[in-house]
This record gives sequence, C-alpha cells and structure tokens, in this order.
Amino acid sequence: MSALRKAWALAAKDLLVELHTWEMVSAMLVFAVLALFVFSFALDLHGAVARAAAPGVLWSAVVLSGTLGLSRSMAREQQARCIDGLRLAPMDPAVIWGGKALGALLVMVVVEAVLLPLMVMLFDVPLLRPGVLWVLVLGTLGYAAVGTLVAAMAVNTRAREVLLPVLLLPLAVPVLIAAVRATGALVEGAAPAEVAGWTRLLVAYDLVMVAVCLLTFGYVVEEG
Amino acid sequence: MAKGDLARAGTRPSSVAWGRDPLGVALLLLAILAVVAASAMALLYAPREATMGDVQRIFYGHVASAWVGFLAFGVACAAGIAYLVRGARRWDALALSSVEVGLAFMAMAVITGSLWARPVWGVFWTWEPRLTITAVQLLVYVAYLMLRASLDGPEQRARYAAVYSVAAFVTVPLSWFAIRWWRTIHPDLLTGGGGMAVTPAMLQTLAASLAAYTLLYVALVRQRLRLEHLQHELERLRGEAEDADAFASSPYA
Repeated sequence: MSALRKAWALAAKDLLVELHTWEMVSAMLVFAVLALFVFSFALDLHGAVARAAAPGVLWSAVVLSGTLGLSRSMAREQQARCIDGLRLAPMDPAVIWGGKALGALLVMVVVEAVLLPLMVMLFDVPLLRPGVLWVLVLGTLGYAAVGTLVAAMAVNTRAREVLLPVLLLPLAVPVLIAAVRATGALVEGAAPAEVAGWTRLLVAYDLVMVAVCLLTFGYVVEEG
Repeated sequence: MAKGDLARAGTRPSSVAWGRDPLGVALLLLAILAVVAASAMALLYAPREATMGDVQRIFYGHVASAWVGFLAFGVACAAGIAYLVRGARRWDALALSSVEVGLAFMAMAVITGSLWARPVWGVFWTWEPRLTITAVQLLVYVAYLMLRASLDGPEQRARYAAVYSVAAFVTVPLSWFAIRWWRTIHPDLLTGGGGMAVTPAMLQTLAASLAAYTLLYVALVRQRLRLEHLQHELERLRGEAEDADAFASSPYA
C-alpha cells in the first residue's frame, strides 16, 4: 500500500468510529453553537454589528471547537493503547500523522458544514460563497495539521486536554488573522482575487506546517 | 569501594569544567559593565530626540531586549533541531536555558514598549505589529515552559520541547506578515507619530546596546547552563549515594 492509501485507511478508521459514536462531531457542534450564542450575548450581535463581527465569531467557534475534536481524537488512540498498535504497523510515523490530521480535518469540515448555514440564518451574513469556503478549507487544513502534532504531545502530558489550547492557539495566530481578514473582505463583497494575499499566507502556513509535522511527528510518537 | 570514592570518581571529569567557572564569572561581570556603559550612553551620550524628548531614550534598551528575545528563541529552535538529530542532552539544556533567558528579555521588551507607548501614543498598548508579535512570542514560549513542566520523563520532555520549539519558531515570520498586513489594512493613526530622525550618535548608542545586551544574554545562558548541569550532577550523585548506601547495608558488603 502506498503511504497515501495507508493514511486514508487510518482516517477512514477514525471516521467509522465517529459514525458509530458521533461523540466528536456532536460535542464540537454543540460547543460551536454555544460559542455563537455566547458571542451574540457578549457582543450584542445584530444588524451591521453582526455582519462586521461574523467572520471573527465564525473562526473563534471553529478554532475553539477544533481543540475539542483534536484532543478527543488523540485521547482515543491513547485510551486502549491503540497508538502502540499504530506504531507497530509497518508505516512511517509521518503516515500516522497524515491519517490523524486528515481525520481531524474531515470532522472539522463536517462541523463547519452545519455551522456556516446556521450563521447565515442567525446573523444574516452571506457566508455561503465559494471564496469563503475556500478560505475555510485552507485555514482548517493548517489548523488541523499543527493541531494534530500538538495534540499528540498534549495527550502525553500530566495536564492533558488543558494544555492543548495553551500550546495550539499561539501557533495558530497567522491562520486566525489571515482567515478572519479574508472572510471579512469576502463577506463585504470583495472578489476572491482581492484577498489573494491572505489566501497565499494561508497556503504558505499550510505548506510550512505540513512539512514541519511530517518531519517531527516521528519524535512525538517515539516510545518513552 | 567506599561511598566517598564512588562519589568522587563520578564527579571528577565534569566538576573540573563546571564546579568553578572563572570564565563565566568574568563574562557576567563584563556583560554587566557593558550594559551599564550602554545605559550611560543612552542617557548621556545619545542626543535628546526632538519630538518625543527624553522618553525616547528607552528605545535603546527596548530594541536590544526585543532583539535578544528573538535571538534566544532562534537559538532554542536550532538547539532543538540539534537535539532531535544528535540526541545529546546538552542541546536540550541549551534550548531550555535560551528560552528562559529569552523570556526575561522578551518580557522586558513588552514592558519597556508599554512604558514608551504611554507618553508618546497616549496609551499603554496599541496593536502595533512589532509590539503584537513580541507579545505573541512571549505567549508561545510561556506555553513552551508549561509543556516542559507537564512532562516527567527527561528524554520525552526534551523531544517534545524540541518539536514544539521548531513548530513555534517557523510561525514567527508567518505571524509577522499576518500581523503587519492586518495593521496596514486598518492603519493605526496613533503610530503615525512614532517615526524619528536618527543621528549617528543614536545609531552608535543602539549598536552599543545591542552588543551589551547580547553579551548579557550569552553570560546568563552560560550561568543557566551551569545550573542545569550542576542540578543534573546532583541528581546523579544522590542516586549513586543511595545505591552505595543500599550496598553497604546489604549482606553482600
């Protein structure tokens, strides 16, 4: 089997488990919707204010609910010592990272697929645009990539889940800024070409982070 | 073998190098002198800035601390890579020492930045790009220390810390571009008055501050490394002493 097929098999395993339990998607989704309400109450979101704040609210909900899914996804491997089985399997550690990151990305995309139309209804913002979807995928990709690496470390610490957001959010600053700015401009009616600078930054972040994760994940899952 | 012999045999090779450290002490004294001299230059030699007045003199120490902060995090990243490649514990000790010393300088840069901002821009904090990225880096390396504190195995701690420092350091340029473009799109009028005319005396003072602070960084990292090494040595000797005690009270003695 090629490395890609192996990674896909691992991601498919995660999705199958998720399809049986729905524990990640349901928790992330409920949390994300709660986040929308918290922001709405805290910032009194309606009319023009809602329109201006929507990209930030969307990305905050994505990023915060993402930490739930990422830590759950890794905790699952840790619980029954599944990670030992994965380590024993004849594949490069980079493939384990690829499979886990792909699984996390797809779960986050499912959550976003529900979140986006909901936000359109709640805040009356035109988020369902091709450009916004593209930015969403690019941003989520980089976030899931580095998130999987950091979650694999956090799950082995004494503080566990508590540490994941602390480690991950400062590394996600470029994603957050670029994605919120690009989404904001697109919602205001900018053409996709006008936000090319931001999407290029997202692509650069994705490429750099994927490279770092492929190179370093082996050190994270090493025994010890 | 008696307990004392064992302990002495264990200490000899390394305590010669680290027990007394005249070079380190000399370096530290030199660095302190250099910082005092650079501060004197900033206060007495550098000209009074026309629009901002004496407040601008904080600039020399401020820029130098920020520079040392980024240098320290770069060194930590390089040491992290060296650890991952070579697996020698001293690279991890260097990374940790560099991050701890770097955090102190970074905190100083953020604090002096705020102190400077208050009289010049009228607020303690603006989301000015350089100030913002400095604060973001401060948070990244506080997280780095929290990661280390939450891991028990020294080998695993060193590996994870190295991986995190690599991931953290590659985000620096990306964060920088993101923050700068973000602020260019929403220009901050407050920062418009921040520009200043730079004279040769100012540049000389800045160069002196950069050199002095870098020297202080090197001296402090050396002391921190020494502390790390002595701690390691102490742990090892304690272990050996316990083993020797156990042996002495066992029927095999």
